[in-house]
Amino acid sequence: MLKHFISLQWKSFFRAASLKSNLAIKILTIFMALYLITIFIGAGISIYFIIEKAEIGNPFDIINKYVVYYIVGDLFFRYMLQKMPVTNIKPLLYLPFKKNQVVHFSLGKTILSFFNWTHAFFFIPFSIILITKDYSVLGVISWHLAMIAIIYSNNFINILANNKDNIFYTTIVLFAILGLCQYFQVFDITLYTTIVFDSFYSIPWSALIMISIAISLYYATFHFFKRNMYLDAGLKTKQDIAKSEDLSWLNRFGNLGTFLKNDIKLIKRNKRSKMSVIMSIAFIFYGFLFFSKSISVYEGPVWKIFAGIFISGGFLFSFGQFVPSWDSSYYPLLMSQNIKYKEYLDSKWYLIVIATLVSTIIASFYLYFGIDAYLAIIVGGIYNIGVNSYLVLLGGAFIKTPIDLTSSKKAFGDKQSFNLKTMILTLPKLVLPLIIYALGHYLINPTAGYLFVAFSGIIGFAFKNYMFKKIEQVYKKEKYKTIAAYKQAN
Amino acid sequence: MITAKNITKSYGKTTVLNIENLEIPKGQSFGLVGNNGAGKTTFFSLLLDLIEPTTGQVHNNGVQVDTSEDWKPFTAAFIDETFLIGYLTAEEYFYFIGELRGQNKADVNALLSNFTDFFHGEILGQSKYLRDLSKGNQKKAGIVASFIGNPEVIILDEPFANLDPTTQIRLKEIIKDLAANQNVTVLVSSHDLIHVTEVCERIVVLNKGEIVKDIETSTETLKELEVFFAG
Repeated sequence: MLKHFISLQWKSFFRAASLKSNLAIKILTIFMALYLITIFIGAGISIYFIIEKAEIGNPFDIINKYVVYYIVGDLFFRYMLQKMPVTNIKPLLYLPFKKNQVVHFSLGKTILSFFNWTHAFFFIPFSIILITKDYSVLGVISWHLAMIAIIYSNNFINILANNKDNIFYTTIVLFAILGLCQYFQVFDITLYTTIVFDSFYSIPWSALIMISIAISLYYATFHFFKRNMYLDAGLKTKQDIAKSEDLSWLNRFGNLGTFLKNDIKLIKRNKRSKMSVIMSIAFIFYGFLFFSKSISVYEGPVWKIFAGIFISGGFLFSFGQFVPSWDSSYYPLLMSQNIKYKEYLDSKWYLIVIATLVSTIIASFYLYFGIDAYLAIIVGGIYNIGVNSYLVLLGGAFIKTPIDLTSSKKAFGDKQSFNLKTMILTLPKLVLPLIIYALGHYLINPTAGYLFVAFSGIIGFAFKNYMFKKIEQVYKKEKYKTIAAYKQAN
Repeated sequence: MITAKNITKSYGKTTVLNIENLEIPKGQSFGLVGNNGAGKTTFFSLLLDLIEPTTGQVHNNGVQVDTSEDWKPFTAAFIDETFLIGYLTAEEYFYFIGELRGQNKADVNALLSNFTDFFHGEILGQSKYLRDLSKGNQKKAGIVASFIGNPEVIILDEPFANLDPTTQIRLKEIIKDLAANQNVTVLVSSHDLIHVTEVCERIVVLNKGEIVKDIETSTETLKELEVFFAG
């Protein structure tokens, strides 16, 4: 029986469309995985010494203090990215397998998930370092096992909480608030959690509690799954209650309005596109890393512009990058309707521009870090509108990855979305403004740097019609290839 | 209205469609039958410029479809679910198509009111997005959307598949009504010989990408087709 399951799994992995695609992507994927593993191992080995050197306290205590955020962060990424094990169950339902076996197998499969074993690359080296630093071997092993149990508890909690957005967002907001409270020294939750994590070390048998929690969660998920293993229960695809929306105020924009109305619905009603909006909000806060001077590599003056591009351009990168893939599921319809590419692109362009403006305005709280920081964001915004908005639309024509709108998974790191042409197009998006700024900054003065970048944005803006004509030509040229590529996922 | 000359479509060494000459005059109701892989959908996709012909050209009302887009305003089609926008309600979808075809809400509503029977209360006023409708209901929505904006050419690929018997009968009436209008050219493909012989004035049989029969529908047509496919 197990043999069948494993052979099915084997085939589903090696025959997946993403793996069958070209060699370059495979290599890139392997590199990405290796990169992540290296980071985890590197962190596992060095974090002890980094904390020791920073002299903020005993390294092990510090880890125990902040590990609660690590765990919540893990849960966050799982919820966003980890695939549910139900996907391949349907065809097995009516075959002569026992239900228990199917459920055990599906859950067992998640145990081997990437999201679980990557943590080992951090915790194993870290635990070894602890032992070499004369921590009690028994205590460290107990602590280590407790951590693994917590990671696995997360695994099952994620399955149980799948698609319960309200619980998810409440938890995230709660911990964001707790984090802020701690930062501003109002209330420090880690005072309480540290005790728990410490006890895994100081009272070795306490790890058993965590392990039994993980095992109970496994059985809870098992029963939950088994009870819901019907097409109209747990295996049902979620249906939303449709609400018609009257966006007729957009009618005044003519054909452009027609597309804008549709794009707004596209963003509001699909998981994947909502995710891109959330991402763009996350991008706004990305700038803290730069302006708070917490990471020393980012202190060079040029990086301000880099931050400015990202802060104002979150939506541009997370949404604009994938035009026209957002419309992939009905691209043949659009191509056989009486549509001008210009109007279609215009609508997407306006969305990007509006989102960039809004992000720039929201980001005004960066004034806290001084007028210089906010100027960098404004200048980045101008460059985004004037240059990058065209570049993402142009890049989109080459991406040709169909997007499954209803699934929020794979929102980041869509492997197929990497190809040489889009990589090359990333250069002018990110590197060029840095060079332009550097020219002004080092040849004349910082203000000149800002002016240079802003000016190149304004020049780009003036060439809108010309650029659109060029982009249109590319879209037309790529039309048949695009339709064929989108068809593959359908 | 539609002429296909020397049109071929090959993928690598396999030729999936090879039509030397096919003319469909204005106002004709045209049926395309053939087994799986005969090239029906390929032919329709070529008419809509969704795939590129390997050789030859298709002209729609004098417009060469792969060089000009002027055929789009008077041509409508429903090929498969990629012609539906999943996250819209049926009404929103109809209005969207309407706006693309220069019809306001009132125009679209007037047209939709003719299809109350056909919809059978399962399309309009539902609190469901198209992606959550059943296959049959999705098809109904897609077919009716192709009637919006008074198109002169309507292309329907397998319109009878997935429909319940009542709806099939109603759809036949609808297509016959359309065909009675001398300005509308209807192109229909189907696996169901009875349906096609009932609604089409002319039937073309495709086999492995080539035209093997081209018949004016008469009382003997059904028999002739059955003999052919019994093979």
